[in-house]
Amino acid sequence: MFPEIIDTRPLRRAIDDSLTWVVANWGGALEAAAYPLLMLLRGIEDFLVAVPWWVIILVLVGVAWLASRRWQLPALVLGALLFLGVMDLWRDAMTTTALMVAATLTAVVVSIPVGVWMSRSTRVRNMVAPVLDLMQTLPSFVYLIPTVMIFGPGKIPALLATIVYAAPPLVRLTDLGLRNVDPAVMEATRAFGASPSQRLFGVQIPLALPTILAGVNQTTMMALSMVVIASMIGAGGLGYQVLQGIGRLEVSRGLFAGLGIVALAIIFDRVTQAFGRQLQSRVGVQEAAR
Amino acid sequence: MSQVSPTSDIAISLKGVTKIFGSDPERALDMLRRGVGKTEVQAETGNVVGLDDVSLAIERGQIFVVMGLSGSGKSTLIRHVNRLIEPTSGEIIVGGDNVLEMDDAALRKFRQTRIAMVFQKFALMPHRSVIENVAYGLEIRGVRREERLERAAKWIEIVGLKGYEKTRPRQLSGGQQQRVGLARALAMDTDIVLMDEAFSALDPLIRAGMQEQLLELQQSLNKTILFITHDFDEALKIGNRIAVLKDGAVQQVAHPEEIVLRPANAHIEEFVRDVNKARAIHVGTIMERGAFEACELAVPAGARCEDVLPLFADHRWVGVTGESGEQIGRLSATQVIKALARYSAAPPAAAVVTEAA
Repeated sequence: MFPEIIDTRPLRRAIDDSLTWVVANWGGALEAAAYPLLMLLRGIEDFLVAVPWWVIILVLVGVAWLASRRWQLPALVLGALLFLGVMDLWRDAMTTTALMVAATLTAVVVSIPVGVWMSRSTRVRNMVAPVLDLMQTLPSFVYLIPTVMIFGPGKIPALLATIVYAAPPLVRLTDLGLRNVDPAVMEATRAFGASPSQRLFGVQIPLALPTILAGVNQTTMMALSMVVIASMIGAGGLGYQVLQGIGRLEVSRGLFAGLGIVALAIIFDRVTQAFGRQLQSRVGVQEAAR
Repeated sequence: MSQVSPTSDIAISLKGVTKIFGSDPERALDMLRRGVGKTEVQAETGNVVGLDDVSLAIERGQIFVVMGLSGSGKSTLIRHVNRLIEPTSGEIIVGGDNVLEMDDAALRKFRQTRIAMVFQKFALMPHRSVIENVAYGLEIRGVRREERLERAAKWIEIVGLKGYEKTRPRQLSGGQQQRVGLARALAMDTDIVLMDEAFSALDPLIRAGMQEQLLELQQSLNKTILFITHDFDEALKIGNRIAVLKDGAVQQVAHPEEIVLRPANAHIEEFVRDVNKARAIHVGTIMERGAFEACELAVPAGARCEDVLPLFADHRWVGVTGESGEQIGRLSATQVIKALARYSAAPPAAAVVTEAA
């Protein structure tokens, strides 16, 4: 056994006590701070549930066609959505979609500025990168428990946990995309006297957009992969069905809900990828990388 | 022979510009000033000397060529003029203004209005159409959309790309892309244009065409052009004056002909050895001066040897005319051949052997 060099008990106790203190003194304030997130999630969910199923199918199939301009992708999307409807998973699927969309939107708002900041300074990058590693590798239960203690079980901790897990790839890919913009083009913008914001918004972000969109795609996929864990603390949706299936040893329930998650993943993955390809050919990034 | 006249004004002036890349430029600079060699400075401090005490005076309306091999510091040099690179020490005056004293806003204004640049790898924006690329500099300057598109369209036509306005750069060939780059710089309508190996990435035939076009444009535009190249032939063809750079230091600054006739050192002589001397030497320099009977054909004194060579197929003598058109001398094929031979290096070894035998 490794010899006991210091007594770690006081350290542990200090951490536990400080969390209790935070819950007691800051719980209300933190909950109020997270309230807009809850509103966002509820708003999206209520909207998706209120819209008739056939409208949602029409819109998603239409979007799939716009993204690919071929019949295969819309057919795939239609098939996946019909599966969800036929298997009586529609409502749960909408709840799960709302969680994923809310998490992705929040991640976009937070991650892109952080990615921009990282791309501009190696020091910031060296500081942020390990935090991202931590967010992706730390088992989600470790930060799930304190968030549940602060916010109570429900949608807020589920949403926060999903964001923490899903945001890192978007930060990384934003940083990568901005750094990979042809340095010769960036030098030309300087030579013509462009200001930093003209360079960022006029040239750098448009050219990095395909990479950033790949990050958004990754974020949606990561968010979907969190739904089972999120449903343990009250997110509901397809994940909850999976949990129930496990709890009641109903293999069929777990299987169909699991396939429903896969169906959602296929829809969002293929559609965002198709948009990414379209954007890539429009921006002509392949050429710039040559 | 040299075209420097004391009255002409200087558009770009570099005085003692030194650039040291590395973590401790001050120490390296100090060593350099004490006369320590560049190699020793690099070995001891780990800093690389990019430019070593470069002083140049570039006259208004000139095509000034900086020639050097890769690693000679020529790309570093051109980036000092619009301060894309900060010098470690020295003074840079462009059009009477000290570039190094400008703050960020003044420097942006300076780049927007006074100086334009053409790049070796074109550096066009792939997400913008040709006309939007050409209008980019004007857009940054804040010119109204209608006006800048109108001016961009005019320059696209001048460089011969009419009909390609809405095309994306990547759909164009290399030569066409660099025409876009040239139009983008010229649309700025600045007195000074920096051209960083602008034609080096192009195929030889396309390159020759672009050189011709640049010279043709320069006739009417009369801009100050600082042109960087590693190609000595190109330097001779387009340069009014040439500076040869090696290891960040200027070796010789002279009129092209002067460099060919009198290379300052062995390094420059190596370039001269492989060069087409018939292009570099003008007939005025080697003609038989005097009042001879008028020849059937006459060329101006500024004509190049290569231009008169074909004339000797049908004529024994070709007249040479002065600025006012009167004949000031004449030239025979023998004289041209002698001149070209005289400035050649030693005859090849094989020829010497045959002679001895």
